[in-house]
Amino acid sequence: MSVVLIIFCVLSAVTLGSAFLTIFTKNPIHSAIYLVICFFSIAGHYLLFNAQFLAIVHVIVYSGAIMILFLFTVMLMNLNKEDEVHKPRIQRWAAGIFFVLMCVVLMLIFRQSKPIVGPYDTTGEDYQSIKVLGKVLLNEYMVPFEFASVLLLTAMIGTVLLSKKEKK
Amino acid sequence: MDTNLALVLLLAPFLGFLINVFFGKSLGKSVSGFIGTGAVVVSFAVTLLFFLQINQNGKPIQISLFDWISINNFKIDFGFLLDQLSLLWLMFVTGIGSLIHLYSINYMHDDENMHKFFAYLNLFVFFMITLVMGSNLLVMFIGWEGVGLCSYLLIGFWYKNQDYNDAAKKAFIMNRIGDLGLLVGIFIIATLFTTLDFVSLKETILGGTNSGNTVWIAAAALALFIGACGKSAQIPLYTWLPDAMAGPTPVSALIHAATMVTAGIFMITRLNFLFDLAPSVQNIIAIIGGATALLAATIGLVQNDIKKVLAYSTVSQLGLMFLALGLGAYEIAVFHVITHAFFKACLFLGSGSVIHALHGEQDMRKMGGLRKAMPVTFITMLISSLAISGVFPLSGFWSKDEILMTAFHHNLPLYIVGSIASIMTAFYMFRLMYLTFFKEFRGTEEQKHHLHESPALITFPLIVLAILATIGGLISLPGNSWLNQYLAPLFAEKAGEAHHLGTTEYMLMAVALIGAFVGIGWAYVKYIKQSELPEEDSKITGFSKVLYNKYYVDEVYEAIFVKPINALSRFFRDYIERALSSFVFGFGKAATEISYQGKKLQSGNVGFYLFAFVLGICGMITYLFLAQ
Amino acid sequence: MDNVLNQIGIENYIFLSVILFSIGVFGVLYRRNAIIVFMSIEIMLNAVNLLFVAFSTYHQDASGQVFVFFSMAVAAAEVAVGLAILVSIFRNLGSIDIDNLKNLKG
Repeated sequence: MSVVLIIFCVLSAVTLGSAFLTIFTKNPIHSAIYLVICFFSIAGHYLLFNAQFLAIVHVIVYSGAIMILFLFTVMLMNLNKEDEVHKPRIQRWAAGIFFVLMCVVLMLIFRQSKPIVGPYDTTGEDYQSIKVLGKVLLNEYMVPFEFASVLLLTAMIGTVLLSKKEKK
Repeated sequence: MDTNLALVLLLAPFLGFLINVFFGKSLGKSVSGFIGTGAVVVSFAVTLLFFLQINQNGKPIQISLFDWISINNFKIDFGFLLDQLSLLWLMFVTGIGSLIHLYSINYMHDDENMHKFFAYLNLFVFFMITLVMGSNLLVMFIGWEGVGLCSYLLIGFWYKNQDYNDAAKKAFIMNRIGDLGLLVGIFIIATLFTTLDFVSLKETILGGTNSGNTVWIAAAALALFIGACGKSAQIPLYTWLPDAMAGPTPVSALIHAATMVTAGIFMITRLNFLFDLAPSVQNIIAIIGGATALLAATIGLVQNDIKKVLAYSTVSQLGLMFLALGLGAYEIAVFHVITHAFFKACLFLGSGSVIHALHGEQDMRKMGGLRKAMPVTFITMLISSLAISGVFPLSGFWSKDEILMTAFHHNLPLYIVGSIASIMTAFYMFRLMYLTFFKEFRGTEEQKHHLHESPALITFPLIVLAILATIGGLISLPGNSWLNQYLAPLFAEKAGEAHHLGTTEYMLMAVALIGAFVGIGWAYVKYIKQSELPEEDSKITGFSKVLYNKYYVDEVYEAIFVKPINALSRFFRDYIERALSSFVFGFGKAATEISYQGKKLQSGNVGFYLFAFVLGICGMITYLFLAQ
Repeated sequence: MDNVLNQIGIENYIFLSVILFSIGVFGVLYRRNAIIVFMSIEIMLNAVNLLFVAFSTYHQDASGQVFVFFSMAVAAAEVAVGLAILVSIFRNLGSIDIDNLKNLKG
């Protein structure tokens, strides 16, 4: 049992647990907090992979921006104590069954594709450094990069339009 | 040349039909009437030409238009045969037809559908010519069906009256029942001889190559006779003829006296060689003919509608003709057909003249004393009545006498039956004459003021027919018969058939005359001397009631045939039709149900849609990755 | 630098990612509150991103991480627009219960 494996297990437990709790708590604010914890643990996973840049970006974008949006929206709607009615019993049971089904199907896929479990090779190059990442991003994936900016612009305009109050 | 003339003969009435159908309304009544009459007169002229030609050289003309059916060695061509028999028939069909067309111009003048009437009449003449001129059984069958159709159209001419429509349907259906027999006969003949052509059949049969088939030949003959029963109103298919009097009087005269009802006799005469091979069937024909003659005569004794009396008289006379056919005396039957056509047509047209003058009154109890107001009608009808009663020297005497003489020599009981029928005929015909023309007028004052003789277009045919009824006997005098000589090529050699005028024959003639005078005298005593009048319908009792109600034969037919068939169709409608309908409609209902259930998928519920998403994704992934 | 996968093994990352994704699916189907549904969608996206990075290490290729960049960008845009729609719905209907959104019934 190496240290890395232990760290991995702990991080996985946190990820899965917080994800689970996100769904099960009644209070939406609590859900949001749990989700933030989940994101942080995933950032931890990224660090395990030595993808530092990605981890930081993940924290900034997800925990820093997206969750803030969520929290704002939750507070806007004043959903305090949870007065949410549960779905009918049968649908909840069906959800559980679908959960299991999804697991099974995806596992089967991966099992069937049989990834080669052998020695993992290492190139000498630190492909996760910002320099290399930047080069790849801006050389091969230039066009999607530009389009991503257009996408963000569109999203911004759309959001502003959608949330305008209708003039009575 | 002959082909062209024959086609003119055939198609002139059809052309008249087409013109009247399409342009009749716009041409106006008189023009359409004259076109209709002219068409038939043209046919008559061509017939006369052919007739004189064949009388001179005795050679039949065979015309084949085209090969119609040709399977292996079974060939039927669409052709015509103009021999002595067909030309004789055509002469009186087109001749009397022309006279009746002429008569109808005036008779139907008040009817708004006069052009339609002439169209139908022309169509009828066209089909009758087809029937008579056909060179094989199948072309004859076309004409046979066609005249049945025209009879239906014409009986139900005044279609707004439902009773007339029912009478027309009854005529057509009974005809069809007979036609089934005719078809079976045609099929048997086709199977036995692989040909339906008259000339070929005659050669085959007279050549004697069929001795082993007597049972089938008898069956064919019987089936053909059933067809003749339907068309010529013999027992048991005769009840349509009295009901057919619902049609206008010219129709009754043309179709139900002179032409269509003689089609059965024509067919049997045409196929005389076939019937000669089946003596048992000939016996049946004679017995049924005699029975019909007697039965119809008894019913005619008490009828009060002038046209019904004449209708039953027609059925009775047809029975006498079948009696002659059954005894093998084909020429005599043909003779009686011709004379009967003359005097019966005259009687019907005369009664039409009376009905016209009384504005539609047909009940004899409301007539009387008309001989002063309508002299021409009276005299012509008197002549025809004398003819039908068999008074010397009018035509009816000669023809009826020949039949009775033949019956006497072959089959004594049938002679007695025939004689009784003849005496009754004399009685009821003169009952008709006395009730209609003698004594005082029993109608309304209104009708009395309007009584007058009918115009020339009506009286002219009456006069012509009366003259023919008088001199018609000359064509076949015993011992010197032009008719027998003319028709000789058609019939097999029969030794010693000619009636020598010996003592027996003179005795029989005297007996027949006495019988006729007995009938006339008895009617005179009853209706003139004792001034008896037939009673109101409700007061008729006893055996007279049975006779008046035609022995309740119609009611019997209704109970035996009509009601069960109606019940059967009701059964089909209520159960089988319903089952089939629900089966077919069930398809539609199933589609609706399926779509209704399918509609529930579109519930609009987002949660449900999400389930569907996940399920779909799982399915797709499974298919793409795992099922390969 | 040793490949971290030598110590952990790629199957574990696959399991983790699959289970996380399924939790996300479960969350989408289980809750009626639209915001929680959104959060579950984010969980799903994250599971996928994790797997991408794992495979990027496995193949020693930077393309996986680049894809994660784009995925994150899209996720951010999607959250923004989605929450704007949610706010519109809340303004019109007064609640964000997804069972109330039945106008597409047909």
